[in-house]
This record gives sequence, C-alpha cells and structure tokens, in this order.
Amino acid sequence: MKLAYWMYAGPAHIGTLRVASSFKNVHAIMHAPLGDDYFNVMRSMLERERDFTPVTASIVDRHVLARGSQEKVVDNITRKDKQERPDLIVLTPTCTSSILQEDLQNFVDRASMSSDSDVILADVNHYRVNELQAADRTLEQVVRYYLEKARRQGNLNISLTNKPSANIIGIFTLGFHNQHDCRELKRLLQDLGIIINQIIPEGGFVENLHELPKAWFNLVPYREVGLMTALYLEKEFGMPYISTTPMGVVDIANCIRQIQKQINIWSPILLEKKFDFELYIDEQTRFISQAAWFSRSIDCQNLTGKKAVVFGDATHAASITKILACEMGIRVSCTGTYCKHDEEWFREQVQNFCDEILITDDHTEVGDMIARVEPSAIFGTQMERHIGKRLDIPCGVISSPVHIQNFPLGYRPFLGYEGTNQIADLVYNSFTLGMEDHLLEIFGGHDTKEVITKSLSIDTDLIWNAESQLELKKIPGFVRGKIKRNTEKFARQHNITKITVEVMYAAKEHLSA
Amino acid sequence: MSTKISETLTFECETGNYHTFCPISCVAWLYQKIEDSFFLVIGTKTCGYFLQNALGVMIFAEPRYAMAELEEGDISAQLNDYEELKRLCIQIKKARNPSVIIWIGTCTTEIIKMDLEGMAPKLETEIEIPIIVARANGLDYAFTQGEDTVLAAMAHRCPEQKKKIEKTQKIDNKSIQELFTFLPLKIKEKMNKSLILKNQLPLVLFGSLPSTVASQLSLELKRQSINVSGWLPAQRYTDLPTLGEKVYVCGVNPFLSRTATTLMRRRKCKLIGAPFPIGPDGTRAWIEKICLVFNIETQGLEEREQQVWESLKNYLNLIRGKSVFFMGDNLLEISLARFLIRCGMIVYEIGIPYMDKRYQAAELTFLQETCKKMCLPMPRIVEKPDNYNQIQRMRELQPDLAITGMAHANPLEARGINTKWSVEFTFAQIHGFTNAKDVLELVTRPLRRNNNLENLGWTNLIKL
Repeated sequence: MKLAYWMYAGPAHIGTLRVASSFKNVHAIMHAPLGDDYFNVMRSMLERERDFTPVTASIVDRHVLARGSQEKVVDNITRKDKQERPDLIVLTPTCTSSILQEDLQNFVDRASMSSDSDVILADVNHYRVNELQAADRTLEQVVRYYLEKARRQGNLNISLTNKPSANIIGIFTLGFHNQHDCRELKRLLQDLGIIINQIIPEGGFVENLHELPKAWFNLVPYREVGLMTALYLEKEFGMPYISTTPMGVVDIANCIRQIQKQINIWSPILLEKKFDFELYIDEQTRFISQAAWFSRSIDCQNLTGKKAVVFGDATHAASITKILACEMGIRVSCTGTYCKHDEEWFREQVQNFCDEILITDDHTEVGDMIARVEPSAIFGTQMERHIGKRLDIPCGVISSPVHIQNFPLGYRPFLGYEGTNQIADLVYNSFTLGMEDHLLEIFGGHDTKEVITKSLSIDTDLIWNAESQLELKKIPGFVRGKIKRNTEKFARQHNITKITVEVMYAAKEHLSA
Repeated sequence: MSTKISETLTFECETGNYHTFCPISCVAWLYQKIEDSFFLVIGTKTCGYFLQNALGVMIFAEPRYAMAELEEGDISAQLNDYEELKRLCIQIKKARNPSVIIWIGTCTTEIIKMDLEGMAPKLETEIEIPIIVARANGLDYAFTQGEDTVLAAMAHRCPEQKKKIEKTQKIDNKSIQELFTFLPLKIKEKMNKSLILKNQLPLVLFGSLPSTVASQLSLELKRQSINVSGWLPAQRYTDLPTLGEKVYVCGVNPFLSRTATTLMRRRKCKLIGAPFPIGPDGTRAWIEKICLVFNIETQGLEEREQQVWESLKNYLNLIRGKSVFFMGDNLLEISLARFLIRCGMIVYEIGIPYMDKRYQAAELTFLQETCKKMCLPMPRIVEKPDNYNQIQRMRELQPDLAITGMAHANPLEARGINTKWSVEFTFAQIHGFTNAKDVLELVTRPLRRNNNLENLGWTNLIKL
C-alpha cells in the first residue's frame, strides 16, 4: 500500500477510453462498478464536448460479484450495437474487472458473433501500466486489428500515394493542446508540400485504417502515444517514422530535415525531383516565427542565467528544457518527468541542458525539490502551478495533467513555428518582468544562493512583531514573499527568533553586501 | 418506453445504466464538516483519479484525506493488510494527529474481501485512535449514499444516553422544585406542567450540513421551543451526540436511510418520519411533524412560510408552468421535485438511484398532496434509470430544464435543452427557510442565462 492523494498519470482504462473515444463512431464499454464512468465528465467538461461521450459501463454490482457477469456484458455490447451502430466496440477492463478475472475475451468472442460492429478487448493490465502506456498500447491494438483484418480480406492498400504524404499519429482527446498542435502540424506539412494521409486517432474512422500504409512516412509528435503504432507499421510495412517533436526552433528544423531525408528516398524515383527545405527553414526561423528574434532582443537578455525548474511528461519536459537552455539562455536547475517508464530516453535528451534530473511520480518530491532550488520560474503541470502559488514563484503550465483553463478556445499550439511564439510568450510572462526585477534589487536582491529549509512545508517558529509586520506590508505585494523569506533565512542563520524592523534591515544589508 | 404523464405516482425500475458520482466522494464534504477527522480511502488508482478530478482545487489545500493505494502485492495477498494499514495509520497519526480515522472501503476491498471491520478494533487499540469503517463502494451505493454509510458507522460510536437523562432530569426537577418552595402549591403545579412541556425528550438531527445551515435549522426549532440536543455528525468527532432509548431522531436529508435504520434498530432511538426541510413548504412540514411528535402547537409557522414565498416571487414568475426532467443521481430528487411542483413547475420524470419508500414515506405523501393541491400531473419516479432511454424520452418531451450530471450537461445544452448540474444541489446550501432562495437561484440560472441569449439564433449547436 502507498499513501497518496495525487497522481500525475491516471489509471490504465482512462488511456484506453481516450483513444477509443477519439476515433469517430467507436464505442467503449467499461466493465466497471457504478461511478467509474467519471471519464465522461472529464471529456464533457474539459474538452467542452458537444456530443455524448461514446463510453458506457456494463455495471458490476453485487449480483455480478455473486454470479459473475454472465450475459450482462454480452447483452450490453449487443444492445449498444443496435442503439448506436458503431464500427467498433472496445470492451475496456478496469481495476475491478482485473481482480474479478472474468473471461472477458470470451464475452468479446460471443458478442462479436451477434453484432454488426467489430468487438475487441483492450489488452491492458491495470496494475502494470498507467494511462499513457495504455493509450499507446490501445492505439497499436486497434491499428493492428484493422490492418490484419484488411490483409485477411485482401483489401490492404500498400501502394504509396502519388505525392509525398504523412500520417500523424497520437493526436487524441484530453491531450495537452492537441487540437491546436494538430492544426499547426497540418499547416507545416502543407507548407512543405506534403499531403496528410491520415490523422489518428482523433477524428479518424477505423474503417479507413487499412489505408495507413499508403503514406510515405509516419509523424509521431509526442513520445507518450503513437510510438508503438509507428514501430508496428515500420516492422510490418517498412514505413519509416519520425519521432522528433517539432517543438522549439531547433527541433522543428531537425524534424523538417528528417522529413526531407525520408521523402528524398522515394521522390527522385516517383517524382523525379528532390526536396530541399533549407530555404523554408531559414525563412520561417528568421522572419515568420518571432522566437528567434525574441531570443536576440534585449527583453530576453534580462532572462540570461535566471534559474528555472521544468517538470512534466517526457515530451514536453524535454522539449521545454532544451528551448530554455539553448534558445533562451536560461539556466535550468532541475528538469524532470513523471514518465518513469521512459526514463532512459529522457535522461539522454536533457543531460547536457540541466544541472539535475528528477524522475518521480511523487508530487511531494517535486515540491521539495522546487522549495530547495528556489527558481525564478517553474514550468510544469497543474500541480507545479499550485506548488508555485504556495512558494510565491510564477509558473507556466507546459504539460498534462491540466485543468479546464488549459483547454483554451483561442489558438495556442505548442508545436510548429506558431508554437515557438506561444512558448516565448509563456516563458517571458512567467518570469518577473524587467521593472519588477529592479524593484527586487532595491528591496534586497533576488537570486537567493542558499537554502532556507529543505522542504516545502516551512515551519513558522519565527515571530514577527507588530512594527516589522507593518513594515512588511509596505513592501509591494509581488516582492513581499521574497523579502519575508530572505529575512527569515537571515534570522535563522543568526539564531534570531523574534523579527523586528532592525532584523529586516540587517537582513537586507547582509544580502546586498 | 411510454412518455405519457400519469395521474397517480408511478414507480418504475430501469437497467441502472446511469451516470453518478462514486460514493467515496462523500469524503469531500465530510472531511470539511468533521474538523478533527482523517479519511483514508482504501482503493486503487481509479478511486484516486476520481477524487483528484472531482474535487478539483480542494486537492491542493492539504486536505485531511488520502488514498491507501493498493498495489499488485496487496491484491494477491503477498503483503499483510494489517501491517500495511498499520504503517499508513501511524504515518497519519504522526503527520496530522486526528481524533478519528475513517476507513472508506471501496469496490476493491469488497472484491478481495479485506476484513476492514475485523482489523479496525485491533488497530484502534494498538495506535490509540478510533477507527471507523464505512463501506462506501460503487458496487452497492450511489453518490450521496456514501455519507449514509459513514454516518451509519458513526452512529455506533455515539455515547449512550439512557442513564444520563434520568439522572440529570432528576437533579433538574429536584433543584427547580427546591427553588420554588416558597410559592403557593397551585402555582407550583402550573410551573411543573410547563417544565415538563419544555423539558422534552432529547432530539438529535442527523445529516451533514454546513455549520451555518445546521444552526439555522436549530434556531427554527428553538422558535417553536424545541431544543436540538445534538447533531450527527457534529463539528468535531469528540462532540458526537449521545443516543439512547428515549432519544428522538430526525433526518435532514433524503439519502440517509441506513443511518435511520441503524439509529432505530441498534441505538433504539425513535425516528420522526417527516418530509425533508428543503424549500419553505418542506421546512414547514418538517417542523410541524417534529412539533406534532413533541405535542407542541406551532407558532407563526404559516406566516413564516408565506413570507418566504413572498420573497421568492420574482423567481416563481420565471419558472411557473415550465417543465423539468430529473435524470437522477443524488437522491435529493423527490424533495426537490416536490418543491419545484409547489413552485408551479411541471415535473415529467424523477430519476433516482435508490428509492427507500419507508424512509421517504412522508416525503412521498407530501409530493402527492402537493401535486393535487397545485392541480399538476403526478410525475413518474424511475428508480435505477437508464440514461440512454432517458435521453430518448427527453428528445420527445423537450423539457424546459433537465437536472443532470456533468457527463450529459454539455451535450444536452448543445441540443438546445437547458440543463442544471445536479451536483450543485449537493454542495449548495438548500435547507431551511433561509436557503429556499438558493435552490431557485440554481434552478433559474440556466433559464435566466438563456433568456439573454434567446434571440441570437444559436440554440442548437450540433450538426445534424
């Protein structure tokens, strides 16, 4: 048992449901007790979905415990088949069903005989994988199912499209800014003269999956979901894939160069020409995207050497770390991810761009690390935003898990050239602005070099007398926390328990000395 | 699947394929209500994920609850449950030092048959903190019934009253009589009579309400010279009310049937079956019923109710004649429907997860009377509803308002049906005379909002 009250990645079935409900006309049926259909609330509220979430539960209750599901699951599947006429029904196990050890595969086999829809059982183990791993696995499973079906039926189409084309794999519901990223990627590929063959799973039809191999290559923008599918397609059909996340000016260029390399394998033969994107990259980098210019501008100068902490999923944490370190000259004191299963890749990506790497899914560890490092800004998930609030450190949200405010209506991609602009704004606005910076200097300096306490929970054994409290109130709000901390740190170092105005001034002198 | 509206109260039961919150959500309001408690939910990541998302920002405020997350080793019994729970509870004791730890059993602990009730007393003596076990799981219960399981378990922990009453009563009577020895005999007798009247048997109210609402209700009863001797739950675990054979108990919420049963059967209390104090009509009926039991004539209650209706006029004008459809997920539905019918609304259907006809008897009768009085058709009551069928019925009936869970609210709005999230009724203050306005504020919000948007021509926002 583990004492916990917050987690970064959800349980496995959430991942399966996210993939299933992203496809069009696919229905998921959970084998779960009453109340486990909370996914519907999340999708309806966070994504502000207009349509009913295509997820229902085959309810596990006392009777099921006593006698087993028997006909119930099969009935629920066939009933849904009649009601909604979906192309595919995905039976989704939950933590409950994995302990019940019912033969769900048997239900699936029986149900598929009597229904027009295809029926599959999501192959995920609740106790072994988390939300993201399950999503990755489910997507691969669905793709594999339909490609094998097509092969059996002999309507597999593996001839390449006339023009260079790509599949985008891994855009799905409740993903962090996925919708905007998708639009930006479409634009990028269009600019390069590449046709989009298919985007999966978001908005895709399973009946079209057999046409996946027609694309020249696969683009997997996020590490968490889609890699398994890309690997399968590579192994079965020899389709190359590109998994460099086009986030930040440098990596977008990397990604585009890899695309160029891939399509130049076939295009001299099929189209009798070679593609060269260098001009496009240069034009976009220097004049269309504002991020490169921003990094040269004097605004960004003020950020030089400022300390930041990054935490999030592997894709976003790694990309943002690289952007901060290489493209903006910010010092990344610590970067980390909760994707423990992808630790090796993550370490390799960021090891030269930060002082310290933290791999954990325990938010208290992250909180304590932030309290210890005392960065000028945090880039993390919703949890880090709250840690920042408590410590009075600004935070930009760069990764799931997120709240509704991170499903903006406006266009906010993180990928592509427009993404670089968005990220530049986010980073710049997160750090205290130039003028505030000067005020900080006046009131006692900013870059605190030592540690106050080593944990997030700062104990309050110090007493502020009335005058010093009054004095503290006079200091502008946005620097007050810092002054308070500096003074308390000074007091602790000098074994002072009662803080007077004199102590405050002494602390200020001590720090500026 | 008939969509006709019947003349008498009809009860139906559907498939139980409906959306509701898991009953473990009760920790959200109970940990706030019982200030010195700590709630430990013994379950899996699924439970944790639900809590963390359903409770939103509360998570970040160092709540007094946590998950004991079961891992593969716990499921396959490679780890010793008792030792594991002991380790966690000692950790909790060190960090928070609560007066009580409440274990919330979940579906998983049911399925693997973890003997929480057996382990708790042993651990309790070992770590010297009371441990209460409540099985608030999705296999057996829906949403607010979670509170019911916790309070039913807590009822066992209330101190015994029997002896204490007799003793104090004796002393009271004696000392008061001594005080008045100088008075003539006739007056003394009169005094005694009134003393008996005022010296009513103890009344304990059960149901968790925000403390302001609880004191409002206590005050309403005080006006009728009825003293509330305690609440289950109290603000602190250490202040639990005393219970016993002579104690009267009365519920304030419609989902507390297990608690009521426990109080009657195990603690020998006398249950006052009354409609629930939701809406001015409900509040009045509730007070009247309590007064009736204590043989007290109510004073100024009718005027008080009238006053409240007066103050609601603007809202009533907005909803009179409008129709409403309860999809059902929190068991407040019967009382709310009854209040809305009294407000002049037409209720097509009352979906409800579970219908205890005995515990809610007075409320059901009151609902019927209200329909007759208002000359409105009786709604159909659908137990264990099927959301899919309900949406088909709604498509036909086109109600002016659907009271529904969050899973369906946005999709229904996109189809031009006004909705109100049912969860808000659970968290808002809706009890007593004072809060009737809040209920209507909630009910009318979508109508008021949509009045503003009506002429813009974008009611239907889905592609057909």
